[in-house]
Amino acid sequence: MNFLDQFADLINITLVFATALLFGALGGIVSERSGVTNIAIEGLMTAGAFASAVATYYMEQADLSGPAPWVGLVAAAALGMVFALIHAVASITFKADQVISGVVINFLAAGFTVYLVKLLFQGAGQTETLNAVFSKWAIPGLSQIPFFGPAIFTAYPTTYIVIILVFVVYYVLFKTPFGLRLRSVGEHPSAADTAGIRVLRIRYIAVLLSGAFAGLGGATITLTTTSNFSHNSISGQGFIALAAVIFGKWNPLGALGATLFFGFAQALNNWIQLFPWSKNIPQEFLFMLPYVLTLLMLAGAVGKARMPSALGEPYDPGKR
Amino acid sequence: MVTDIGGVNDKSFNQSAWEGLKKLEGNGVTVKYLQSKSDADYIPNMNTFVKDNYDLVWGIGFLMGDQLKTVATQNPNSKFAIIDNVVDAKNVESVTFAENEGSFLAGVVAGLMTKTNKIGFVGGVDIPVIKRFDLGFEAGVKAVNPNATITKNYTGAFDKPDLGKAAAATMYNAGVDIIFHASGATGNGVFNEAKDRVKAGKKVWVIGVDKDQSLEYGDDVTLTSMVKRVDEAVIRVTKDVINGQFKGGTTQVLGLKEDGVGLPDTSKKNVPADILAKVDDYKKKIISGEIKVPTAQ
Repeated sequence: MNFLDQFADLINITLVFATALLFGALGGIVSERSGVTNIAIEGLMTAGAFASAVATYYMEQADLSGPAPWVGLVAAAALGMVFALIHAVASITFKADQVISGVVINFLAAGFTVYLVKLLFQGAGQTETLNAVFSKWAIPGLSQIPFFGPAIFTAYPTTYIVIILVFVVYYVLFKTPFGLRLRSVGEHPSAADTAGIRVLRIRYIAVLLSGAFAGLGGATITLTTTSNFSHNSISGQGFIALAAVIFGKWNPLGALGATLFFGFAQALNNWIQLFPWSKNIPQEFLFMLPYVLTLLMLAGAVGKARMPSALGEPYDPGKR
Repeated sequence: MVTDIGGVNDKSFNQSAWEGLKKLEGNGVTVKYLQSKSDADYIPNMNTFVKDNYDLVWGIGFLMGDQLKTVATQNPNSKFAIIDNVVDAKNVESVTFAENEGSFLAGVVAGLMTKTNKIGFVGGVDIPVIKRFDLGFEAGVKAVNPNATITKNYTGAFDKPDLGKAAAATMYNAGVDIIFHASGATGNGVFNEAKDRVKAGKKVWVIGVDKDQSLEYGDDVTLTSMVKRVDEAVIRVTKDVINGQFKGGTTQVLGLKEDGVGLPDTSKKNVPADILAKVDDYKKKIISGEIKVPTAQ
């Protein structure tokens, strides 16, 4: 196998790994750009993973395997929004501390989903194994291109969706009036309010969208990686996604770069282990590789990241 | 018996243990389980059984070691047993498995069935129990196919299917056609990747672990599984208690001889009879001591 083929394989694995993280990161960006800290991405992803597994399972049972994973995606976005709504009500309407509210969502989602799984699946700790999960799509024509075909144009549907979503979110945030309002609400809510923008409404929309995106990220894990939902289906991806938000400077394109970079480091770690000489490297160093590379990038190449000015502050119109 | 968070239908250790116990029910023997909702429930659940004067309390799984030791020390007159862990106390019987012996047989199957002469091993954390899988498997492959190369990847976690998937994808891309995983839920990702490739018309296999994973993931990807007979273990020790022969303070290691590890009957769906016959030969040689399978401490 020549080097180019191997590199194409590496890119392909990178994309699989990065997809779920990227969904989560987009959720984080939308919410935080509007001024609402969202460390609940992990919990929202858990909710999404759970909803997609359950919905897909019942579709399978009803002999509707074809649309099953798609229904799973929709269910994931929906349940993600429900949990995000709790975060929104607590932190926007009732001005609770956004960090605390986020932590609560993380715990709530973890407990609630496992409880429901036990209820729905006769006390089992995980759902039944799903058969109607996504397979990789080779895009006709494009997948025949040397290198790019196997690297990029043979991927899961969720990967294509998230790449499109990156550009949509970028366009909406930076090129549309709605995006301008959303960002202004995150930078200077009282000025935005004075200009006639309904701050709370925009923030609600942003947080709900972030729930939907993160939910899709969770669904990506169940429908392309685990084939079931259990208490450890989502184990830290939400937090890596948050790191990608900061790493990507609250910009969708930046987050794309960050998650691809992280995914690549992970793929590289596995690739190295194919070679016998890797036995001489202590394993701990290999495990560290993705994180060390990320740290180095963060420290060296990225430069200063500036967060939205009003991030984490509940908006109170009466306050001066 | 006290289960962990998976409950008695986790399709794994807890379920197997409970099935074993249920076989002993009747003739004046009562069995009962309490399910733990989290680690914090282990001790209260064990104490409940102690207070209700159960003759033997089972802790199922490696994770309960510390808690079982605490409860056993506080209740020196009660009897305890634990699977997959060694608890050093007079009133505790520990049961572990000779994973290396069962893995050797899985290695024999892999070594004879690989078309590419490339075989993969995905481990969870690099700890002695997983090392036993690793070394036994390697010895089995080498015994029948010295030319095969084995690629190993320890993912560092038992609960990260995404890492398992990435590891499996890398191996399959490199031409590996059979992967043996000993990595708990991380292995879900290995199965998922294999299924995806099988759907796309490629022929790749996974060898499952702990239980007969073909029941969960199907015969089209599961070549065979290295099964730990937790039910057998539970029956053995519980019978000792019933017959008044409970030893306590010792460790039983169940290998091929004791039927504690092995390949399930469903293997014959994918593994040809002549290979299974060879597996049987090796099994006899290991039991007779003719072959010593390497192990790890």
